[in-house]
Amino acid sequence: MLRYLIPVVVFAVLVGFFWVGLGLNPGEIPSPLIGKPAPIFELPRLRDPEQYLNNADMQGQVSLLNVWATWCFACRQEHPILNEIAESGVVPIFGLNLRDQRPAALRWLEQLGDPYAATGFDGDGAAALDWGVYGAPETFLVDADGTILYKHIAPITHGVWRDELLPRIQAAQNRQ
Amino acid sequence: MIVRGLLVLLLIGFSASLFAIDREPAFTDPALQARYDRLTEEIRCLECQNQPIADSNASIARDLRRKVKEMIAAGKTDQEVLDYVVARYGDFVLYRPPLAPRTWLLWGGPFLFLIIGLLVAVSVIFKKSRLVDDEDELEVEETD
Repeated sequence: MLRYLIPVVVFAVLVGFFWVGLGLNPGEIPSPLIGKPAPIFELPRLRDPEQYLNNADMQGQVSLLNVWATWCFACRQEHPILNEIAESGVVPIFGLNLRDQRPAALRWLEQLGDPYAATGFDGDGAAALDWGVYGAPETFLVDADGTILYKHIAPITHGVWRDELLPRIQAAQNRQ
Repeated sequence: MIVRGLLVLLLIGFSASLFAIDREPAFTDPALQARYDRLTEEIRCLECQNQPIADSNASIARDLRRKVKEMIAAGKTDQEVLDYVVARYGDFVLYRPPLAPRTWLLWGGPFLFLIIGLLVAVSVIFKKSRLVDDEDELEVEETD
């Protein structure tokens, strides 16, 4: 009996491993920064380089930090949803404009709308590196005390907003 | 003349700097350059996951190379550089993840399977050798 059972058990275990393993998206690397304080950053603002965007601007409220760029195709797809979120007033969105050209980025906001409370201009990607960003778009959910609660890699869709972001935002806002 | 031209072309083709990702070495000091080379081979490019940052032209790889260079220049140790990237990108960024309780299966897996394989092989050989000793059973099988 046992000699017939063993292969079946081994097979079941393998199926289990493959089921989980192949279901993971290798492009999504879990961020070790979740649950940790957001990295200290200070970036000149996109619209007014004389002014700065830093951790203090994000403090005191639950907020999103959205990494975007004009060279990023998926960001264009995501943009209307960011506009909707900004319009709903549920949560302020801060922008991190990654390795971009200032005129192109400003034109983008003019054409597609500006959902951002403020955008920092990260021309050389140094601040993004500190945040563990490896592509765009990426979106961080940051608590009122500056703790990173969640990170979404890839564009925000309506489904992502409804199932992943909104519940976490509301939970964080209720804790305040 | 043509031969000489071809020779020059051939030499250009073999020049290592032509294939280098960075236009020039990061450091003039060979000791620092060796550390830079070792570290950039050790860190994985996250956009193109099967390449180390030393081999990749992706912007994240370029940024990470610049960061490694800055940190070495600032006198940081190799471990401090690796700790910096792991703190931000997780163990996945290293080609050789650290030995920790959650990676025991990863590191020990091959040996575990080797032992299981050996046990299976030994038990099969043991059973077969007992079969050969048993003359009656052998004859029964032969008449089949």
